[in-house]
Amino acid sequence: MESTANNRVIHVRELVKKFGDFVANDHLNFDVYAGEIFGFLGANGAGKTTAMKILCGLQRPSSGTIEVAGFDVYKQSDQIKKNIGYMSQRFSLYEDLTVKENFQFYGGIYGLSATEIKDRTRQMLESLQMTTSADMILRDIPLGWKQKLAFSVAMVHRPKIVFLDEPTGGVDPITRRQFWEMIYEAASKGVTVFVTTHYMDEAEYCNRISIMVDGRIEALDSPAALKAKYNAATMDEVFIRLARAGVRSMNG
Amino acid sequence: MRIIFYILQKEFRQIFRDKVMLPIIIVIPMIQLFILSYTATFEIKNTRLSIVDQDKSTTSRALISKFSGSSFFTIASYETSYEDGMERIKTGTTDQLLVIGKDTEKKLSRKEEASVLLVTNAINGSAASLMNAYASGIINDFNRFILEDQGPAGAVPALIAVQSRHWYNPKLDYKTFMVPGILVLLVTLIGMFLSGMNIVKEKEKGTIEQINVTPIKKYQFMIGKLLPFWLLALFELMIGLAFARLVFSIPMEGSVVLLLGIASVYLLVVLGLGLLASTVSDTMQQAMFISWFFVVIFILMSGLFTPVESMPAWAQNLNRLNPVAYFIQINRMIMLKGSGFQEVSGLFVALCVYAAAILSIAVKRYKKTA
Amino acid sequence: MKGFIIKEFMHIFRDRRTMLILFGMPIIQILLFGYAITNEINNAQIAILDHSNDQSTREITQKILSSGYFALNTKLNSAEEIEKVFREGKIKEAIVFESDFDKKLRNAPPASLQLITDASDPNTANLLSNYTQAIALDYQKQLTAAMPAPARLNIQSTMQYNPELKGVFMFVPGTITILLMLISAMMTSISIAREKETGTMEVLLVSPLKPFHIIVGKVIPYILLSFINALIILVLAATVFGMPFQGSLLLLLLESILFIVMALSMGILISTVSNSQQTAMLLSMFALMLPTILLSGFIFPIENMPFPLQIFSHIMPSKWFIIIIKNIMLKGLGIAYVWKETLILVAMTFFFIGLSVKKFNIRLG
Repeated sequence: MESTANNRVIHVRELVKKFGDFVANDHLNFDVYAGEIFGFLGANGAGKTTAMKILCGLQRPSSGTIEVAGFDVYKQSDQIKKNIGYMSQRFSLYEDLTVKENFQFYGGIYGLSATEIKDRTRQMLESLQMTTSADMILRDIPLGWKQKLAFSVAMVHRPKIVFLDEPTGGVDPITRRQFWEMIYEAASKGVTVFVTTHYMDEAEYCNRISIMVDGRIEALDSPAALKAKYNAATMDEVFIRLARAGVRSMNG
Repeated sequence: MRIIFYILQKEFRQIFRDKVMLPIIIVIPMIQLFILSYTATFEIKNTRLSIVDQDKSTTSRALISKFSGSSFFTIASYETSYEDGMERIKTGTTDQLLVIGKDTEKKLSRKEEASVLLVTNAINGSAASLMNAYASGIINDFNRFILEDQGPAGAVPALIAVQSRHWYNPKLDYKTFMVPGILVLLVTLIGMFLSGMNIVKEKEKGTIEQINVTPIKKYQFMIGKLLPFWLLALFELMIGLAFARLVFSIPMEGSVVLLLGIASVYLLVVLGLGLLASTVSDTMQQAMFISWFFVVIFILMSGLFTPVESMPAWAQNLNRLNPVAYFIQINRMIMLKGSGFQEVSGLFVALCVYAAAILSIAVKRYKKTA
Repeated sequence: MKGFIIKEFMHIFRDRRTMLILFGMPIIQILLFGYAITNEINNAQIAILDHSNDQSTREITQKILSSGYFALNTKLNSAEEIEKVFREGKIKEAIVFESDFDKKLRNAPPASLQLITDASDPNTANLLSNYTQAIALDYQKQLTAAMPAPARLNIQSTMQYNPELKGVFMFVPGTITILLMLISAMMTSISIAREKETGTMEVLLVSPLKPFHIIVGKVIPYILLSFINALIILVLAATVFGMPFQGSLLLLLLESILFIVMALSMGILISTVSNSQQTAMLLSMFALMLPTILLSGFIFPIENMPFPLQIFSHIMPSKWFIIIIKNIMLKGLGIAYVWKETLILVAMTFFFIGLSVKKFNIRLG
């Protein structure tokens, strides 16, 4: 994977986000490149979700230069939104609509044509092997499947970058595995995947990871390089070594 | 436009699929209209009257028969003493006590003045003043009867002949007054609560974030969210008008089209207020309490069941900010008096300004980022 | 147990907006009832069409306008204008003096005075026409003062318990009742339903706390809250609006506790049958609040409702509580006059507690 300014899709310099006196993001600097799976790690409260929300245009940064998909978050958030997909920590499809209706709604508000919506819905249901469940109300579908559906919905408009906020929270290991297969497949098609997670084994699947502690990025490199640097056998060890230094983590 | 269509499609699907909400939206308002029209009444009839007749004369019996013949009174009991009568007022088993003193007939025949005592339970002040007015009316009538009885010598020629005519509701039917107001109440509740709750629900469930990352425009989202409830409330108003006509025989003197046209502007105000409540709350409970708070004040001051002109000046000025007051007035004018556009135009313009102001504040306050 | 109650308090007080509304709403309501909303007539807008404009009509007009009930909105010039001003909604009554009023009054009585009211508001119309007639008769009496007074029945009216006919007397008992109901039944049911929804109820149930303790812990803060709120209203009513307090405060407070316990048991019952906050909220709104407001005699007298609704009002606990408050506060009566109502409330309380215990046990079993 080439890391040049040409295929840079996320560009963050000196990002600061304050809530009153509380500094959620303390001068973050990083770049993410096309087709990369970028892991965003950190204990609870380290500031991952805030940073991700800023990149998605859900929150405004206090200061810093941020470009997503080549657009400025301050001025071109509409352009950005057309090019990104987002799957939030809280499950965010409509529980009282059917699978098909959820696709139809999100496809519709991204401006897809009726035939596009139909085709893509069919394709996605096929690849998820859920064709028979198309008319099921989402409430009646097991959590693991819902998560996979939410990912598909986030991809319905073929975004350049997809942001996943702890996508595998609460699902069983097998579904987690399948979920990561979907992520790999997306990345292989050139979609950049920006993912936050708690699971250190998942961190190993990423091309590069950054580890946040107390609002700052303490480490950023490939998993192998990080393990070498901290002389650790697993990512778990790397993480614990870094996170232990933090003050506001660990308490939930 | 296509994007708005997709939001509308989704909203209607959700509304019609919800087994709890749908009956609430359609059935409950009708039941309310029905029950409210019967319960929300300050009409006074069947006032319970207890009588202490210490005179036991032709005159006293004639007076009592005037009361028992009136549709406003039912004789609750005959008591032997004032104390017994007061006991009834205390226990709440009678509303009014009439005491006819001893020698009333004798005094009258001697052309002296005689007095009757009328005690009214006045805890409900407004009911008491009406009961008192009715009782006085009957006694004054009776006086005329005595005078005629006393022959031309006692009669005073009537110098002024007063003729009263009650326009727009000659039978003084209270439902005719209340139903147009209750209709306003119903569409207000539907519009305000449902629109506010709907957006807060997306906040609570987290689905609003998913929408916020899409390139959807603020106005598209707002229209998609408000239009379904706007349509529902108008639909409900039409059903309510039919119901008022068929069940309560409330007249529709003016133009239905004019009424619906004004209602559609009024609903913009109501929906805007619901939207505003949703932007300042995080949970449905909060949104409901905030809406409830304002709705109660709006309704109490709206003139729904108390005359607006009787309020002090400051309250009347405050009432200029009360959309419910405007629409109740308009609704009664159109339905009962047949007022046309020209006559309600002043109020209508006020509603338009209100709608524009509230909607722009609400849209401004609703941030996609936050 | 203590910690648990403290936790409940924290939950309630941390929600500032809800607090503000819980305390602000009753105060604003009482102030509105006391100062703004009234069923009395004053400054009713009228139009006068005076065809003669002579001494008598001017005197009568003067008398009408200085009574305080009426305010002149417009002087009309022709009968055609009457309909127009009514349709514009400007006036409630039009008064028409015939031509040569004074001349007829003196030489060929009676002179005709016509009243037209806007009866789309029937009560106001009725009162206005009564007041105007009374003023006209009064004027006539002035003219005939020289003649010997005819024998007639005079009326001595006493307005028992509320001589100034203040509206607030009627509304204070109702507002207290609604408020106790709102806080005790609605807030408890929503708060228990929330614990069920978020799953924290299960955590509590597996803890060594007994279900009874959990319920008691949940309701104590609400009891206190509603109590404080009720006291604020009472103090406000007494100090600002001079509402008398005739009876025993102790008795009233005891009765209030009884009503609060009754409302709480209703709230618990609602929470046992609803699984989500929304259901609890809607149930409380439609099954509790609306009937309480409409069928308790809070604003609208029950006696004037159709018979089936009067029967239905008997099962409204608030109806009985409002009677109790009025009897104690305004009439100054003791337990001898309210024991029946008290017994009904006690019976209702046992009924609701029994039912919720049964529901609760079924759920656990």
